[in-house]
Formats: sequence, structure tokens, C-alpha cells
Amino acid sequence: MDLALSEEQKMIVAMVRQFVREEIVPLEDQLDPDADELPQDDYDRLIQKVKEMGLYGLDTPPEYGGPDIDLITRCLIAIECSQHRAGLYAPCYYVFGGARQAQLFEATEKQKAKYLHPMLRGEKKVFFGLSEPSGGSDPARAIRTRAVRDGDDWVLNGTKLWISGADRADYGLVFARTGDKSRSGVTCFIVETEWPGFNVRRIVHTLRSAKYATEIQLEDLRVPHENILGEVGGGFAIANDRLSRQRIPYAAECIGVAVKAHEMAIEYSKIRETFGAPLASRQGIQWMLVDNEIDIRTARWLVLDAAAKAERGEPFRTESALAKLVAAEASGRVVDRSMQIHGGLGVAKDLPLERWYREIRIRRIGEGPSEVQKHVVARDILGAGLR
Amino acid sequence: MAVRLDKPWIPLTETHVAKLAGHLGVYQLADASGDIVYIGVAGGHSLHGLKGELTQALQSPPAGAKQFRYEVNMAYHTRYVELLQAYRHDHGRLPAGNTDIDERHLGRLRLG
Repeated sequence: MDLALSEEQKMIVAMVRQFVREEIVPLEDQLDPDADELPQDDYDRLIQKVKEMGLYGLDTPPEYGGPDIDLITRCLIAIECSQHRAGLYAPCYYVFGGARQAQLFEATEKQKAKYLHPMLRGEKKVFFGLSEPSGGSDPARAIRTRAVRDGDDWVLNGTKLWISGADRADYGLVFARTGDKSRSGVTCFIVETEWPGFNVRRIVHTLRSAKYATEIQLEDLRVPHENILGEVGGGFAIANDRLSRQRIPYAAECIGVAVKAHEMAIEYSKIRETFGAPLASRQGIQWMLVDNEIDIRTARWLVLDAAAKAERGEPFRTESALAKLVAAEASGRVVDRSMQIHGGLGVAKDLPLERWYREIRIRRIGEGPSEVQKHVVARDILGAGLR
Repeated sequence: MAVRLDKPWIPLTETHVAKLAGHLGVYQLADASGDIVYIGVAGGHSLHGLKGELTQALQSPPAGAKQFRYEVNMAYHTRYVELLQAYRHDHGRLPAGNTDIDERHLGRLRLG
């Protein structure tokens, strides 16, 4: 397989890299080390710059105004966009815009007018409500939130957990059980957060100290039948689509942080001296840097391979799972080694390493834990037999 | 962890602020009757953390501030947002001293 970048891809990578280093990183000196938002004037100014670059609206199809780029290029951009302190969970502080809830592209025309287009214009915020206290990796069985038909409405009751942005959202996608405990027993509803019965009960504090999850309680929440996204019983397919395809750029973001941490470790090892010689001259340090290099190259190969397969229209579930599994685990190791090379400075808030160290740990759990990715791969290779 | 900070109030005096350490975290200032007038945060750039922030509050206190309470918390950013949201849920507005908050960017909690 040829992973050489096209001239256009090289140009985009160079452009985004320059943007991150010249526009984003300098702003972070003024922000709290755990910040995930820019001051409004900087945010507005940088969005305009991204629009001039022709890259505003990542993950938005060209027919809806997004840039015409393939998934490989999308991953290359993700690797670049995460190379700053807040980059893992707030890549470039969202100035590249984009469709946060791609499932809404499956909406009816009426739903699109009301919910999709305002989201794409950046006027409305949307959340994704899948996980529950009973689990998130196996939504077909874990979902306990129930939706019961009542005339032209559905009445929802239940609890959602680990939901990002629900307290600031205008509406969201909520998955509820409308049938038996199978894949066809789950339906997706578009729910407005101002409706009676929709309650964000608490913030869930985690290692990710800038962004938080929330717990939502649905109490006799009435949702019009016309707010079903897709079909009754079609929720699992909608959720699964997100969980497979979006996993690949998600994995690419991990690599970006690893690349930057590794770069910092290389530079520091050259200037920091111990016992009369630079750290870089010590074999122990050299091997750590080599291990970083191996981890980054392995993860990068798997991510771009998964993206290439998805782009060619071939099955990519195993590749997507492998990419997410390896990128999350390998990037965690890279950040850990880079922190070790920096010594005390590595754990201080003066550098971004401590934030990456905390946040990259979540990546082994978010969007499907490593063990679930292994489960997916095992199921596929055992089902395929000998090759 | 309780959503609302419900520790006892401490007089906002030099003696009491001097006893604080430089940890990161959140704090509240209240008037003499215990009504919150300001919710603050000692973030990663705070010189001397909570001690530094409350020393500053002592030197130029928000109107009416006579007492304080605090919570050491490394998730200071999300905890700060949570305290602001909880206050607004209870009172329908932010504390009088928090004039620097853009409410459009603050989420909504509906506490039970």
C-alpha cells in the first residue's frame, strides 16, 4: 500500500501545521492550562482565517458547505490540529467548525431545516445521548431508557450518563428502547433541551479538567413522533455508524498529541545535561525516543490504512478498531515516556504534557474501550477463519 | 461530591487567608449574612493558588464580601462552572460580583 501523500495533501498538512503553530499555540500562553475555549474575538478571527483556508466545516459533506476532502486527508488534518495543549479534546478550539453530530445528515428534510442547518451554521449546539449508567459499549443491550408511544408522541423515561455538552446544547440525539433487548429495539429521538422533563442533573468531573460530562434525567419527556431520526427500531444502526467511522479521525487526534510530545522530548533531551552530557547521549533515553518513534509510526500506519479502506468503500470495521486501539494505547505510552524524559518539568502545568497525560488516558476508554476494540477484532478474525 | 459547596464560612481576614496553602481550586465569597457575592477559581496560572486569589480578594473585595470558603480541586475549571450553574439554578442569576461571565457560554443545570 502506498501511503505517500499527494501534493494537495502535503500542502494542506503544511498549511494546518503553520496555522496551529503560529495562530493557536501562542494564544495558549495567555490561557489557563486547562482552558478549552478561546476569547470570543480570537475565536471569530480564527474562524474567518480557516474559512479563507477553505477548510471550515470538517466532517460536513461538500453539498452542505464543508470542504471536499477524503477521510485520509481528514485524518492528516486531525493529526495536525491536536498538536497543542488543548488539542486532544478541543482541537484548535473548534475553529475548524464541523458537523458534531453527523447522524443528522440522515434526517428528513423537515428535520434538517429545523435541526441540521442551524447546527451547521454554528447557531445551535447538539449533544449525543447514548451511554447510560448500565453501559455504553453495548448499546443494543445496555440501554434502559424507555420510550412508550402515546398518541402522536413518545414518552421517554430514563437516565443518560457521560454525555458531553448536554447542559449547553439546544437539542440532542437520545437513544431509547422501544422494543426488545436487541439491535432493532433501539430508536433515536431528536430531543430539545427546553422541553419539560429534560433535566441535566449534574456535571461529572473527570481527569479531563476542561471538559466535563453530564448526567441527564428524562422524566416523562414527551417527544413528537416526527422527531424520530430514521425509523423506529433503527437507532442502533445510527449509533453504530458514528462509532465506526468517526473512530478513525478520533484515533488520528491521539497521534497528533504523541507527535508533539515526542518532538518536545527530542528537543529537551538535546539541551538537558546530566552528569556532564546531554540526555540524548544516554542509551536509556535514546531507547525511549526510539520506542516513541515505533509507537507513532505504527499508529499512523494503522490509522491511514483504516481511512484508506473506508475511503475505497471496503469493509473497515476491523481496521477502524485496530487504529483506535493502537493509537490510543501507543500515544499514551509516548506521552508517558516524554514526560519521564522531562523529569519534574514534565508533571508541571508549565508544559502541556501533564494535561495530555491525563486526557490521553481517557482515550483508552472513550469511543469504545481498548478491550471492546479487541473484541471487535477477535470476532472478525475468528469469524473469517484462516487467511 | 455535592454539587453545591456547603462548607462553613471563614471570616475574610488577613489572619485566615494567611493560613491557606497555594493549592488550585475554587472559592466563594459571601456577605455577612452568608449570601454569595462572588464565585472564583484559582487556576493553573494563579500565583500562589487559592492563597493568592483570596489575598487579592482581601485587598480589593467584591462589594459586600466578608466571608469565604474554598475547595481544593484539581478539576478547578469544571468545578467552577458547576458552582456557577448551581448558583444560577438556585437564584435565577449569577452572583453580583461575577460580572465577567458571558452567560451565553454557561450551561444549564436543573438540580433535583
